[in-house]
Amino acid sequence: MTDKQREHLKNRIAVVAAWIVACLFFFPIFWMVLTSFKTEGQAIAIPPLLVFEPTLENYTEIQERTNYTKFAINSIVTAFGGTALALLIAIPSAYAMAFNTGRWTKDILMWMLSTKMLPAVGVLMPIYFLAQKTGLYDTKGLLVIIYALMNLPIVMLILFNYFREIPKEILEASRMDGTSTYNEIRQIVMPLAWGGIASTALLSIILCWNEAFWSIVLTTTDASTLTAFVASFQAPEGLFWAKVSAVSTLACAPIVVFGWLAQKQLVQGLTFGAVK
Amino acid sequence: MNPTLVRWLQAPSIIVLFLWMIVPLSMTIYFSTIRYNLLYPERTGFIGLQNYEFFWTDPSFFPALLNTLVLVGSVLVITVVLGLAVSILIDRPFRGRGIVRVMLISPFFIMPTVSALIWKNMLMDPNNGLFAFFANVIGATPIEWLQDMPLASIIIMVSWQWTPFAILIFMTSLQSQDQEQKEAATLDGAGFWSQFRHLTLPHLARPISIVILIQMIFHLAIFAEIFVTTGGGPGVQSTNLTYLIYIQSQQAFDVGVASAGGVFAIILANIVAIFLIRAVGKTLTV
Repeated sequence: MTDKQREHLKNRIAVVAAWIVACLFFFPIFWMVLTSFKTEGQAIAIPPLLVFEPTLENYTEIQERTNYTKFAINSIVTAFGGTALALLIAIPSAYAMAFNTGRWTKDILMWMLSTKMLPAVGVLMPIYFLAQKTGLYDTKGLLVIIYALMNLPIVMLILFNYFREIPKEILEASRMDGTSTYNEIRQIVMPLAWGGIASTALLSIILCWNEAFWSIVLTTTDASTLTAFVASFQAPEGLFWAKVSAVSTLACAPIVVFGWLAQKQLVQGLTFGAVK
Repeated sequence: MNPTLVRWLQAPSIIVLFLWMIVPLSMTIYFSTIRYNLLYPERTGFIGLQNYEFFWTDPSFFPALLNTLVLVGSVLVITVVLGLAVSILIDRPFRGRGIVRVMLISPFFIMPTVSALIWKNMLMDPNNGLFAFFANVIGATPIEWLQDMPLASIIIMVSWQWTPFAILIFMTSLQSQDQEQKEAATLDGAGFWSQFRHLTLPHLARPISIVILIQMIFHLAIFAEIFVTTGGGPGVQSTNLTYLIYIQSQQAFDVGVASAGGVFAIILANIVAIFLIRAVGKTLTV
């Protein structure tokens, strides 16, 4: 075998190995989706069924018999609400910091990041206590506030990085023309930063959507999100595999697609901008 | 912009984050020094470090601390080693690479409660699960995963979710590796391992340290996977610190002791955080 052939063969093996690993990693998800189209009997059949007549029964039943829609709406409201609130606070701040960087800017950003390191369980009791006292316990408003604060440091840091990439000359030119700060943000900065803001929002939505600690601890029925709803299926063993799979598939599908779309921005966001 | 406006624009984010940090933190510290049990509201008063003592001397404390360390350590080793191997494996052009990438990173976007239920029911169930089926096929006795090796089961679930994270980060940073340098090394007869040691690994040094630190922050706080599958048991075999504190607050209703545990968790997380923030700070250009 020549060197070239050997190289070629090695490559071939690597590609086959890559496909096998990918299939192994994806298998649990594939199996969940497949199970959601089985009847409950088929779902627990031994040997496991790969070929069967698919049914949509589970999907119609969870809409009719459970409060699936309510929990889905709660997830949407809290994820989008938390993200919107975080952006509302972060955009002006990140903008001001990026274009008027001062001696303390870096320290402020690093301090903000450090608040993200506070483990949720460390402040469980006070938050629980405050939620009860203010009557916000088990409300969507509470989760919106917590999710916004939880993601604010990351959102600030990514937006700061995006705003930094806007050439300063453009802004200086517009300032010479006497544009007001409000118009400057609206007409020049926002159009340029739009992509960055959208992908920041996407990352924040993903993090809120999959958040499990606060949604389990701070809600009982009214404001429970899909993560908490899915957690409520933990008890009855074995009986509802197909229905749980249907709920899970619906709950995960939008976020997995979001994740695929935002791969690059995710790397930046998840590493706090340290890997680009 | 005039300086006053700059200050006004920055103020909201700084103020809300300051409140978000300082209010719960000082309350936790305060609660941890007083007698405060929801079941015995008549017992009050400052008790110094007694809650801490109670938390430390709880027979569950040491196992929970050990479980936390084993959990974090094992997941780190598995995810970093696997993540490195897989990202190097797919760091070459081939048909369907996009699909392979998507399949590999998908588990990371599955919500933790869902992933816990998939593993608990459809894969690890000793009667109807797939693993039990395969065990029977090869004539072995199915393992009662959550009963017999609860901590290992949690480690597997978490690793399944977080290896994709490592792959995603390593894959991205491998793309910025100098290809010409690699080709030159190949021409000079450098084998795979020496290229890996002298070119790839140094290139990935920073991403690896970032992946380790970020995972540590998240894994110290693992909760949903335990909550949904083992409930910390059998006994305390799969209870970590986060879960132990949760139990103290939700089942024993002891706010004081739970807060003392919370302070402990904060200190532990901050030891990691100092290193992470330093690593991130180096890359931030201001």
